[in-house]
Amino acid sequence: MIGALIVRDARRGLTGAAWLPIAFFLLVAVLMPFAVGPDARLLGRIGPGTLWIAALTAALLPIERLIEPDRADGLLDQLFLHGVADETVALSKVAAHWLTFGPLLLVAAFPASALLSVDGRALGQVLLSLAIGTPGLAALAVAVAALTAGLPRAGSIAGLLLVPLAIPLVIFGAANALPLEAAVSLFLVAGAPFVGGAAIRAART
Amino acid sequence: MSALLRFEDVSLRRGGRLLFEGLSFEVAAGERLQVSGPNGSGKSSLIRLAAGLLHAERGRVDRGPVALANDSIALDRELPLGQALQFWNRAPEQAMDALGLTHLALVPVRLLSSGQLKRATLARVAASAAPLWLLDEPLNALDADGAKRLGRLVERHLEGGGAVLAASHQRLGGEWPALELKP
Repeated sequence: MIGALIVRDARRGLTGAAWLPIAFFLLVAVLMPFAVGPDARLLGRIGPGTLWIAALTAALLPIERLIEPDRADGLLDQLFLHGVADETVALSKVAAHWLTFGPLLLVAAFPASALLSVDGRALGQVLLSLAIGTPGLAALAVAVAALTAGLPRAGSIAGLLLVPLAIPLVIFGAANALPLEAAVSLFLVAGAPFVGGAAIRAART
Repeated sequence: MSALLRFEDVSLRRGGRLLFEGLSFEVAAGERLQVSGPNGSGKSSLIRLAAGLLHAERGRVDRGPVALANDSIALDRELPLGQALQFWNRAPEQAMDALGLTHLALVPVRLLSSGQLKRATLARVAASAAPLWLLDEPLNALDADGAKRLGRLVERHLEGGGAVLAASHQRLGGEWPALELKP
């Protein structure tokens, strides 16, 4: 059931508008040179940080589609009746969400780094930190999506909730402090299923 | 005969309103029970309580595995009906046939009518191995043929040692002992 759920969610994410978060990611990278000017040295210096902010917005974009449609459609109820723990559901959602935006984001980081004139060595570091950090972002997105499922204007509330919690990821990711980055990411991936599962349970009325 | 569902002195409050209190009943293998009552009397809440999706304020609810059909579709709208049902059961063909859905197996769920969707949710229940079926307004949107097919499925399920708890304000086909909820 877990495998089927991951496959289902990943398929839904990819057949839906998988390119949308990635387009958003690239759009931020395109916008940056316009905003700060075409100075290649300056761009190269702020490039990795910009890519991290772009990644954060890309993870945030599909947040309303992660849990709420399944709650409204009764899928979460049926999974409960089939004996799937709410934590397992949340964990599957984390895996599926990461699969739909993580790998694509790493690919999109190549054109984005060219736009920001980030050099090859810095790009390698950004790719590594994104690879380590994006599972944490996915976990955070799922937990927040579960917490806000069913609320009016959930998208804006989710943004307000998620961004402060993502600050450690962004700080360590952009500073390329990989062990700390990995620790934060691991903490989020380990904790999110429990937060998300409890939120799914609490939303069951 | 062993009870598949037992309510003991159960009270349920939702949104500050007491829906029912001191409710006790049993549904044993081979038995059926219809929950009836006017709109808002707590029929659907009782079904959700029996499914374990709600918690009683007081009292005890004991149950085994259940299968639930209510107004929630819980099927992927982009997938063909056959595949969407396969997410829940490996082999839904027999249940689809029993509800007259076989010719719709390749039609995407989003294109189905509300009556066909109702049949699909009933097919999910029929395909499950759970001994207790919980049906919330099973006749909604069903035509005469659908109601007849549902009646036959229920009979067969009861003969096989299953049990059915249905909530409906309409008359269900066959002999149903009634549990009346007061408004």
